[in-house]
Amino acid sequence: MKPADPTEERLGWLLCSPAVLAMLVVTAYPILYAVWLSLFRYDLRFPQERAFVGLANYAGVLTSPVWWESLANTAVITLGSVSLELVLGMGLALVMHRVLFLRRSVRAAVLVPYAVITVVAALAWKFAFDPVTGFVNPWLGVEHAWLTERWSAFVVIILTEVWKTTPFMALLLLAGLTLVPQDLLDAARVDGANAVQRFFRVTLPLMTNTLLVALLFRTLDAFRIFDTVYVQTRGAQGTETVSIVGYHALVTRLNLGLGSAVSVLIFACVVAIAVLFVRGFGASFSAQESGEDGQ
Amino acid sequence: MMARASLLDRLFWRLGSLLVMAYALLPMAWILSLSLKPAADLGDQRFLPQRISLEHYRAIFADDQFPAALWNSIGIASIATLLAVLLAMFAAYAIVRLRFRGRQLVLAAALSIAMFPPVAVIGPLFELWRNLGLYDTWPGLILPYMTFTLPLAIWTLSAFFREIPWDLDQAARVDGATRLQAFRHVIVPLAAPGVFTAAILVFIFAWNDFLFAAALTSTNNARTVPAAIAFFTGSSRFELPTGSIAAASVVVTLPVTLLVVVFQRRIVAGLTAGAVKG
Repeated sequence: MKPADPTEERLGWLLCSPAVLAMLVVTAYPILYAVWLSLFRYDLRFPQERAFVGLANYAGVLTSPVWWESLANTAVITLGSVSLELVLGMGLALVMHRVLFLRRSVRAAVLVPYAVITVVAALAWKFAFDPVTGFVNPWLGVEHAWLTERWSAFVVIILTEVWKTTPFMALLLLAGLTLVPQDLLDAARVDGANAVQRFFRVTLPLMTNTLLVALLFRTLDAFRIFDTVYVQTRGAQGTETVSIVGYHALVTRLNLGLGSAVSVLIFACVVAIAVLFVRGFGASFSAQESGEDGQ
Repeated sequence: MMARASLLDRLFWRLGSLLVMAYALLPMAWILSLSLKPAADLGDQRFLPQRISLEHYRAIFADDQFPAALWNSIGIASIATLLAVLLAMFAAYAIVRLRFRGRQLVLAAALSIAMFPPVAVIGPLFELWRNLGLYDTWPGLILPYMTFTLPLAIWTLSAFFREIPWDLDQAARVDGATRLQAFRHVIVPLAAPGVFTAAILVFIFAWNDFLFAAALTSTNNARTVPAAIAFFTGSSRFELPTGSIAAASVVVTLPVTLLVVVFQRRIVAGLTAGAVKG
């Protein structure tokens, strides 16, 4: 790298400072404030009882079965939806990559779930599975109140998540697919590899980094799941996720101390997942520095 | 290569594309159908309406809850988009064009905020906004939306800005234009498609958010559409106003869907530029 020119250095910081400042004010400062608040007993309904309690809030959260159950629920939803999305998204990406018939319409249709508000998608699926209004029960020939029972509620929640976010996954994978050189695939075909072999032996290995980045983004996104669960069950029937627990503690019960401890723990989980992907699996974001992705 | 594909092969991919379209459109067709059913038919469990009625649309616009939320959503999402794209434009320009030590730091900060769990800041923001008088106001939502979309905007714009022939900017500067003039008259027109794409993505994010809207608003003053729909109250406390919710959902989904369908090429480019190449 060239030695930096001081005027350029100053201009660079000047241009970046509004964005950096905004990011610091609305994320870095509140998270530090949350760490601070989490060390206090602080309930907005009883503000005069505010007192320093050290790590007692963390002890309270970590010994509570609610936290561990919500963590397990979040893991179930995250693993279920991300793995389904990966398979389905790869299918969608392959169709979009190969298809010439109605190509534009297919690509436009795939973007529809991305454009739909999550709350709307969650309600659409809730009504579809509703035993009174929904069409799913008659179509499947069953009588079941899906959202009133834990595991069937997970089915509806995961289905909604998968529907809404598979397009994003598919587009990321499609971008990776287009980077696989066609002559490599042609060469494999000449050597007698069939379509399945070409996919698993040539295409997939070349897409490792694309896959990791897509999985990281979607895993973190799924881990933060809030809208769908809130709209469909409000966390009832044992479907509470960590974000729902945090929201209820902070906004419903106004317990800022305990809620902040939950917030900090969620933040720690997200950092742990990101570190796992980047360090453990070697996901790389500096693609444009080293040429194109997947090479 | 398609010419060599067998009939069976072609049929397979055609069927695939029809399935993909059905998958993407089914829930939206369902909510549209639900919104057109007269109240008496809402419980008929049919996918398609037997009779068509616009009563739910009339109902949501007769009430003051939904029009207020619609106005809040449009205003808040537009202002947040404008601000986020403006700030991101400066930052992306600096990142792509200037050599300074903070470049990687800014990109890394943006990336970590993209992964940040919003629920971790709603408590402190709730407390801060109440003390600052920002609770249940437009700026109280515009600020978090702007911040949480900055990473997306910065990454997308940096990816687009890398493709611009910057020599034109140099030429303009040789001709005596200042850096700012070169930026405004040469670069901005070239960058417009990328900026527009970033704006659509940011707008969709702000339009979609429910968590901040639920936590930081309480009345028609600043409550946006997702929160209004989720907390819709019907005539009876115990019954979900299904018809009104469906009609409101269609009203807020159609414009954004049209936007996305019309500009699909750009959005695909933007989404993948921000996430894969970035």
